[in-house]
Amino acid sequence: MTTLTQFDVLAIRREFPILQQEVNGKPLAFLDSGASSQKPRQVIDCLEDYYKRYNANVHRGVYKLSEEATFAYERARGKVARFIGAASQREVIFTRNTTEALNLVAYSWGGANLQPGDRILLTIMEHHSNIVPWQQLAQRTGAKLDYLGIDGEGRLRLDELDQKLSERTKLVALTHQSNVLGTINPVRAIADRAHAVGAVVVVDGAQSVPHMPVDVQALGCDFLAFSGHKMCAPTGIGVLWGRRALLEAMPPFLGGGSMIKVVELEQSTYADLPARFEAGTPAIGEAIALGAACDYLSEIGMEAIHGHEVELLAYALERLSAVEGLTLFGPRSVEQRGAAVSFTLDGVHPHDVAAILDGENVAVRAGHHCTQPLHRQLDVPATTRASFYIYNTHEDVDRLAAGLEKARRMFA
Amino acid sequence: MSDDMYREVILEHAKYPHNFGTLEDASVSHEELNPLCGDKVRIDVLIADGVIADVRFSGRGCAISQASASLLTDELRGMPVEQAKLYSKDDLLELIGIPLSKNPTRLKCALLSLKALKAGLYGVGHIRDDDEL
Repeated sequence: MTTLTQFDVLAIRREFPILQQEVNGKPLAFLDSGASSQKPRQVIDCLEDYYKRYNANVHRGVYKLSEEATFAYERARGKVARFIGAASQREVIFTRNTTEALNLVAYSWGGANLQPGDRILLTIMEHHSNIVPWQQLAQRTGAKLDYLGIDGEGRLRLDELDQKLSERTKLVALTHQSNVLGTINPVRAIADRAHAVGAVVVVDGAQSVPHMPVDVQALGCDFLAFSGHKMCAPTGIGVLWGRRALLEAMPPFLGGGSMIKVVELEQSTYADLPARFEAGTPAIGEAIALGAACDYLSEIGMEAIHGHEVELLAYALERLSAVEGLTLFGPRSVEQRGAAVSFTLDGVHPHDVAAILDGENVAVRAGHHCTQPLHRQLDVPATTRASFYIYNTHEDVDRLAAGLEKARRMFA
Repeated sequence: MSDDMYREVILEHAKYPHNFGTLEDASVSHEELNPLCGDKVRIDVLIADGVIADVRFSGRGCAISQASASLLTDELRGMPVEQAKLYSKDDLLELIGIPLSKNPTRLKCALLSLKALKAGLYGVGHIRDDDEL
């Protein structure tokens, strides 16, 4: 494992300006990258360079600035396409975030293809962004929702697939990695089963694309949605990848400038991919900075990043298991999970856990993490979540464990 | 910050809340939900001759919301209803004595019981904005 020994976390930390600050003499232990990651100098510089040096609208002007902005915007699309193994950069649609990408599929593909009585298969561990758009689609079309359950360790009940997947199932939407349990789902196996009954497979990659090598061909899905801001890029930029044949057959989602060929008084014809799905001025600088983030992460290596996180995860599971009164959710084995750990601490509400940790300059998230159905299934109103990324260290985990001991003592 | 927030009095009220429970003969009963975290506080008020004769709270929540409800219900017992209707957000924040002006999220926790009280006393379904308190 030469990549692991080459992984220099201290050098990586130096690239993140926000990690250089201290509060009350304590450095920041940022354990909420699952919500949004910090940004390296390379990405911040790229964004600043765009706004300072070549800010202009894309696909419009023939002057130098606009040409340069258009070139950089389209080059970023190519970087994203290579980052996820897309067959063509035409298959990469820039959106605001994962949520918008999923809504695009629900409105466009869903609206054109679903009939009353058709079924949509989801899983109980989905983020609200991969539930609510399908509920709305079901209400519009008369389709029905089914949910795949989880076992005691937060893994999908694949044994339920036979019962819940049928000829009526037109779409399967699932997360690649749970934002609460950390579970990495066997997307390929599920996609193969779904394709066998003729269903289209939509994958929420918000928690996987930033953390591990993701190749859409190997994954076997039809659509993949993810957000830039969880992978070192700015907020306001996300991606929908889809298979070209599917995207080309889909009606536009939002109408407006850029997405048309000819506009007449009563009707219009629409642009080819990817412009067809990018109405209005996009987040240009943010898209270019997402390209820079892909470069930055590729240079470190996605295998190496995943290796670093799995090692941290194993250490965190060990340290947290030793905290009295702490209940961990999700798979026990690090083989089937990514670096997000959710837990409850007896007698201490997650908000209080997070506030006490904040006093130690340890940032974690508390609440239902936009997964109310999952928390209902786990039978807890809320949990505390620590999530790790390239810049986290064993020391961050030690400070988390120490903060939890302090919380336990305060409420004893 | 957390050490200011978790002063001894807050921890005491959170661990051993006063007036925790329900009133079977409540004149007014109202529950408020904090959608950010799913926490709930219900307030039961017994009114006699225009005065709050008894008050209880129930539900689940963090130390801040529980301690705030505990302190508020202590304050309300024996208070004329018309005075309780005017009990403000600032009154409650002064009572619990935690600096929350820069903590919009935790402010919602602290004000949950007051929201339940006001919505109950005014007979409205729900108070949307903390600024209405």
